[in-house]
Amino acid sequence: MKTFTFAKPATVAEAVRAVAAEPDAVFLGGGTNLVDHLKLGVARPDRVVDVTGVTSEEIREDDDGSLFVGAGVRNSDLAAHTAVRERFPVLAEALLSGASAQLRNMATTGGNPLQRTRCLYFQDVTTPCNKREPGSGCSAIGGATRQHAILGASEACVATHPSDLAVALTALDARVHVAGPAGEREIAFGDLHRLPGDHPEADTVLEHGELITGFTLPAVAWSRRSAYRKVRDRASYAFALVSVAAGVSLVDGRIDDVRVAFGGVAHKPWRATEAEAVLRGARPGEDVFRAAADAELAGARALEGVDGGNAFKIPLTRRTLAAVLRELTTEEPNR
Amino acid sequence: MTELLEPHAIGTATTRRDGPAKVTGTAPYAFEAPADRPLYGHPVQATIGRGRCVRIATVSAEAVDGVVKVITPFTAERLAGTDDAELAVLQDREVPFRGHVVALVLAETPEAARHAAELVTVEYEAEPHDVELGADRSDLYAPDSVNPDFPTDTAQGDADAELARAEVTIDETYTTAMQHNNPLEPHATTALWDGGVLDLWDSTQGVHPVRSTLADVFGLPEDKIRIRCPYVGGGFGSKGTAHANVVLAAMAARAVPGRAVKLALTRPQMFALAGYRTPTIQHVRLGADREGRLRALRVDVVEQTSRIKEFAEQTGVPARMMYAVPNRATSHRLAALDVPVPSWMRAPGECPGMFGPEVAMDELAVALGLDPIDLRVRNEPDRDPETGRPFSSRNLVACLRTGAERFGWAGRDPRPGVRRDGRWLTGTGVAASVYPANRSPGSTALIRFEGGRYVVEIGAADLGTGAWTILPQIAADALGVPASAVEARIGDTGYPNATVAGGSSGTASWGTAVVAAALAFRDKFGSDPAEGAEATADTPENPAEEQYSMYAFGAQFAEVRVDADTGEIRVPRLYGTFAAGRIVNPVTARSQFLGGMTMGLSMALFENSVLDPRTGHVVNHDLAEYHIATNADVGDLRADWLDEHDPHVNPMGTKGIGEIGIVGTAAAVANAVYHATGVRVRKLPITLDALLPELP
Repeated sequence: MKTFTFAKPATVAEAVRAVAAEPDAVFLGGGTNLVDHLKLGVARPDRVVDVTGVTSEEIREDDDGSLFVGAGVRNSDLAAHTAVRERFPVLAEALLSGASAQLRNMATTGGNPLQRTRCLYFQDVTTPCNKREPGSGCSAIGGATRQHAILGASEACVATHPSDLAVALTALDARVHVAGPAGEREIAFGDLHRLPGDHPEADTVLEHGELITGFTLPAVAWSRRSAYRKVRDRASYAFALVSVAAGVSLVDGRIDDVRVAFGGVAHKPWRATEAEAVLRGARPGEDVFRAAADAELAGARALEGVDGGNAFKIPLTRRTLAAVLRELTTEEPNR
Repeated sequence: MTELLEPHAIGTATTRRDGPAKVTGTAPYAFEAPADRPLYGHPVQATIGRGRCVRIATVSAEAVDGVVKVITPFTAERLAGTDDAELAVLQDREVPFRGHVVALVLAETPEAARHAAELVTVEYEAEPHDVELGADRSDLYAPDSVNPDFPTDTAQGDADAELARAEVTIDETYTTAMQHNNPLEPHATTALWDGGVLDLWDSTQGVHPVRSTLADVFGLPEDKIRIRCPYVGGGFGSKGTAHANVVLAAMAARAVPGRAVKLALTRPQMFALAGYRTPTIQHVRLGADREGRLRALRVDVVEQTSRIKEFAEQTGVPARMMYAVPNRATSHRLAALDVPVPSWMRAPGECPGMFGPEVAMDELAVALGLDPIDLRVRNEPDRDPETGRPFSSRNLVACLRTGAERFGWAGRDPRPGVRRDGRWLTGTGVAASVYPANRSPGSTALIRFEGGRYVVEIGAADLGTGAWTILPQIAADALGVPASAVEARIGDTGYPNATVAGGSSGTASWGTAVVAAALAFRDKFGSDPAEGAEATADTPENPAEEQYSMYAFGAQFAEVRVDADTGEIRVPRLYGTFAAGRIVNPVTARSQFLGGMTMGLSMALFENSVLDPRTGHVVNHDLAEYHIATNADVGDLRADWLDEHDPHVNPMGTKGIGEIGIVGTAAAVANAVYHATGVRVRKLPITLDALLPELP
């Protein structure tokens, strides 16, 4: 564990300046991931800038029906909020499926989507990893790959993104509010995270010093009929092997609008636009669900591995998507 | 054996005496032992799978603020006893496995020690390592014996000939995963070398065994070593023998005389340095007639050990005595690999060894169209098939029948994969449990009358098991006083010698000594002793041990639900019924059974140390990635027991209960998964990917 300086700024602007001024400075939210990485030597910052109490802790329903969520809101508070539970069940379910009660009490909405991969080799500084040390090689390829990607991976990196919240926010078309050295900007949540390509060290498009200050969830017709399904070996306190966030609206027995995102399958929360295209306008049924999954998974690639590999994730994703869509199209909303 | 004690305090449900101190955070654990200005140790581990250190650069580490010393193989003291290669730390430059300790940093704070440890750079001469276990390896060998001293191979009758002519046979291979004990409290020591005396607080399952180990390693007389360990945050066998960490702590203390050294392994370090259960490959063959009477059994086991130290798990042993099979053969073969040293993990032998055979029994029941309970009852022996001796008591059939009634087994539809409850496929399974009623010679107890109360002193260990609470109950009945009149003092070599809390032998071994001391005390002082009156006694011999086979038995019942879409496995019910002699304290005993069953569930569905053959180390080496069952993984978890009277085992009538709970659980779960889905999984852990291809 390397020695670092610790700063506790009073405002977002100060926090941004404090990080921007130092190349090896990082923001600290709830610390549920960063503190582990400090101990493991995965993160070796010179300066840690605490933004708890700095970013907004507000959850606000606006007149246009959209919901603003401050980056400082704790995961447990967001999950318990009445508007979230009633209008965005996919979000509440995603939050509650993550980690443990204690961790959810600490984790912040702004920090959660920025948690880093659980790839075993990324977290083990004694093994090469392109994400941790660019150019050193990927140990996961040919290693333990049960948690790894089937979509959008590269020769450089096959890691998956572990956040459940991020999968729900992807499906919900959330907008990300960012403050940075060059001012404020907004990013579509689906554009926040990157695929690894040749630069797996960059998880997101955020520039150094840019801080997430909050999210806006637009009002959408389908959000009440939405769900998050997380598949894992252990019933609790485990990362997703595969997860599905989805929402549908039905008009005259046909799917009018639909959103689908997958977790646990790629370097970023995976918006399933191909599947959505198949589903939109169709009458729900097993054949349609399967065709939607097949369309999205056409480019899926399995990894071999010393732990049996991850080929099972392809049928698992297909089956999980069908299960979620079946539930959403046959049951009443607000289950 | 003399008559059993009349139970008054024994059998009474009382809560833990150590409970209030533990829940208020005032019970001191080894790392928290009082020490003035202690130093903190952090080991540096090898990052190659095999080879040697050529150069170890410590300059940057030593430059870190607060670093006092970096000990390497080039600077460490030469130990007096190096026969045990696991404990011969920093004695040579060799790297026998990845994670082996190659240096130790001592610093004023744990943070500085850890940071400096990252800065120690080691230049290696690497050699190819070999860490892959397989049944087809050409270098498998037969150890001289298996843990602790059982014959490696046995044969009675002609198993092969009978298998060839049997009307129904099962011939399958079952595998269990590499598993790590993972007690919540890591392996930790506070060590002080002061005035020629080594004073240690160590998290251990036996203060006296650690003392004798360190006496050998450091060439010290035992009276120059004191070990204390009042509380242990779990051990599960991994603290039953000393590992490298305690030698490192003592060595470090000797390097800085007069200053205490604290050393706690990190969770990842525990995966290389604190023992584990070997993976096992079990080739099981059963032959039976059409009525389900077993004619032949073969269990051939392949497992691993470390190239530097042999540990041979006795996986094939329980099959030797479990059922009435006239023709039996068992064998154990080992691969010596470039891996950390395996060791005891809760029910070594019985735990993995009752997975393959108990699933095979279920497969045989299916092949015969018999109820799996009936099949076991039909093969109930009237004597121990291995030794020919009668059992001191054997209530397997009663456990199966009573358990079946409590679980609601009657009327079970045997067809697999036909029950649906919404999205869930449901099923039930059963398996038998067994564990020997062990008792170790060599403990001594002292009873003193002090301040109007009776004090029992014995160096016993309570690793969350209940010794603090149940030893006074035993003493109370032996003395004829209420338990409240007795105080126990344990966990210190300052008290009389106690054997290890291992093999579920603690209560039987220490309790027998306590009873003998109590009787000697009453003999000597009558019922009105003077202040300070004291008597000691050793664990007496028990001639009945030569006349009877002594085992506890049990029956485990599992209900599982398998998600028909995803293959996720959940366990709504897990019931165990045990016959384990007299239960001294129903509160602490139930925790033992439930804890064992939970660990068995965990073995069935989750626990799997993933050893990457390219690197040579376990890569999922923390509790986020090495999954252990959580509360949410089981619904209704119940353990109960039969009132079993066994006059032969010991004066308390007890059999050990610390391990039997884990035995058979995984088989019951696997059998229930088959019943739910029709998919027979013979490899642990059972995960959804094994079921997916077969789901509707």
